[in-house]
Amino acid sequence: MTDDASTRPVSRRDLVRRGALGLAGVAAASQALRAAERGLPGSVSPHGAHEPGNAVGQGRVSDASIDPMVFLEQFDGGEVSRDAAGRTVREFHLTAVDRDIEVAPGVFYAAWTYNGQVPGPTLRATEGDLVRVHFRNRGTHAHTIHFHGIHAARMDGVFEVVHPGDNFVYEFEAKPFGLHLYHCHAVPLKKHIAKGLYGTFLVDPRTPRPAAREMVMVLNGFDTNFDGENEVYAVNTVPFAYHHEPIVVRRGELQRIYMINLLEFDLINSMHLHGNFFHVYRTGTKLAPDEFTDTLMFCQGERHILEFAYEETGRFMFHAHQSEFAELGWMGLLDVVERVIA
Amino acid sequence: MDGSPRRGRAGDRVSRIPTPVWALLPIVLLAVLGVALVRGGLLDVLRGGAPPVEALTFERVTLAPDLIRVELVNGGPDPVTVAQVMVDEAFWTFTSRAGTTIPRLGRTTIEIPYPWVEHEAHVVTVLTSTGLTFTHEIAVARATPTPDARYFGVFTLIGLYVGVIPVAIGLLWYPLLRRLERRWLHFVLALTAGLLIFLGADALHEALEAAERVAGAYQGVLLVLVGALGAVLLLQAAAGRRVGAEGPAGRRAVAWLIALGIGLHNLGEGLAIGAAYAVGEAALGAFLIVGFMVHNSTEGLGIVAPVANDRPGLATLAGLGALAGLPTIAGAWIGGLAYSATLATLFLSVGAGAIAQVVVALYRVVARDTRDRPVWTPLTAGGLLTGLLVMYGTGLLVAG
Repeated sequence: MTDDASTRPVSRRDLVRRGALGLAGVAAASQALRAAERGLPGSVSPHGAHEPGNAVGQGRVSDASIDPMVFLEQFDGGEVSRDAAGRTVREFHLTAVDRDIEVAPGVFYAAWTYNGQVPGPTLRATEGDLVRVHFRNRGTHAHTIHFHGIHAARMDGVFEVVHPGDNFVYEFEAKPFGLHLYHCHAVPLKKHIAKGLYGTFLVDPRTPRPAAREMVMVLNGFDTNFDGENEVYAVNTVPFAYHHEPIVVRRGELQRIYMINLLEFDLINSMHLHGNFFHVYRTGTKLAPDEFTDTLMFCQGERHILEFAYEETGRFMFHAHQSEFAELGWMGLLDVVERVIA
Repeated sequence: MDGSPRRGRAGDRVSRIPTPVWALLPIVLLAVLGVALVRGGLLDVLRGGAPPVEALTFERVTLAPDLIRVELVNGGPDPVTVAQVMVDEAFWTFTSRAGTTIPRLGRTTIEIPYPWVEHEAHVVTVLTSTGLTFTHEIAVARATPTPDARYFGVFTLIGLYVGVIPVAIGLLWYPLLRRLERRWLHFVLALTAGLLIFLGADALHEALEAAERVAGAYQGVLLVLVGALGAVLLLQAAAGRRVGAEGPAGRRAVAWLIALGIGLHNLGEGLAIGAAYAVGEAALGAFLIVGFMVHNSTEGLGIVAPVANDRPGLATLAGLGALAGLPTIAGAWIGGLAYSATLATLFLSVGAGAIAQVVVALYRVVARDTRDRPVWTPLTAGGLLTGLLVMYGTGLLVAG
């Protein structure tokens, strides 16, 4: 499909072209051509210069299966009850369904989803809770849910393939505390993840983290033409979502981002914050920060908790430091406003 | 055999129906069936829910300051909607003149305000509503010339140097040819045929190459066939009787034919030169100029060879030279202004067909002149081979 003129062998006509220029060179000796060459564009711009456009694409996404602003701060604690031993039990319902989602304005992708959304809902439990996930496969392919965490082999969502129309109940204790993920582990694995079957599984420590404004950011992308490369990059599915609608942040307020990289095809992803530095809690499994930086690298499946506060108001960008990803959708803005005392 | 009387009666009934009815009946039936297929929903059944097939072709990409203009042609069976445009792997804003949904065989122009960098390469990718991508590489970014007086001036000069001057120089062999013995004149005519065969093969090759870049529905390779065969037949029909005539009139007609064939070839050549120059795909080289002169001046020799003994006037010679050389200028103009792969394919194949026709005419000139003696002698065969080798050799000069 690529109209690749550069790989064509040199033909006689190519040579003719060069010859033509040679002749033009001779002609250049003449005053006439010299006068004329001054008129060749490239050296002058007599016609009204056009305003440079924007590297944010055209139009807005309206049918992405999630509202990025809502998804950002939406946590699903499940149906809570207690078992005989007094332990908290959290029950979740996840259903695999096929759905076309708009992954760039006007571009539709035949996604495989949990609960009709990409990413799937953000599941949240506390360390030690009993987690019970009722999984129903209403899609057209066999799927599973593979949770990251410490659990029994038969609850690992790898070998117990759930065929279309079938159900399965995953049950395990939420541990260790940290920022985890879940995704389909049916084969071919790459396809099942790239199609959209993934989400965040957050396990809070028994002693809660300090109060903060909390956000979930799933770094993802879409290979719309199935060539094994992403055409679209995003935070929470919608490219440039937080660029078009910046995330409002209060000055001085602690911000906590749960950031998970579920990008397929590209080996690494990254997060760069403008005008600030952030504390990194790698995989969120410790309460003390591991690092203080403004640029963080994520391997596939890698996730970290980021904490920061802004001392200045204004608009600050955050994006992948792979410029290509940034200009293909993984770019957003934080709009820091004066602290409002409620 | 006993069925023939019945056929006869049937024939009588058939003959009573007016002829136009028989001409139109199948067409009307086809139209009715076609409408029923599309309107009646039968098409959807036949497709069986298959996804649409998308095929976009970049017909022409032009650059203005801070602007990339892309002309897209839909050569596929289904409409295509352009949803997003990427330049160098970045989503970019754009406007489209004819809308973003392109019907089958339709076209649209997309304008991307992009700060492209002179002399660097850029990649434009169109992302359709189904997520497919179509990509075009701008090998060397350079502002596309706009059609003003200076532009025409530059391209006229290029055309003069590439087409007109070499041909005119070649015509200067005319006095020499007049002094040649008949058998050596045949050698030169055969040499001319060799030159033309080389040019024809080159035009055909280029036509087929351009055909690969033509939007699918326009059937580039078959366009070559139509263009080439069309040129042969048209020239045959237009000039056949005059070319077949005995004596000077016939030979002069052949000279004009050769000039026309070379002119058509040069039109295609000019087209490519103009297009290449417009997008900056060209480099300077003093040695190349010399090679080019030698290479193309042989065309002039070919034109005058048939009329060497006929004392054509200066006006005739000038006219022959103009017919062969001036199309280069027109080609350069068109190439720089409105290059399209479809146009290039058509022009080049017409050139190839015209040359084929000219070679046949040349053969007849020699055959008539040799009368009862064989056409193929060591001199004529050697002449043709020499023609090929001269073109090949001077082609190497251009390649330098």
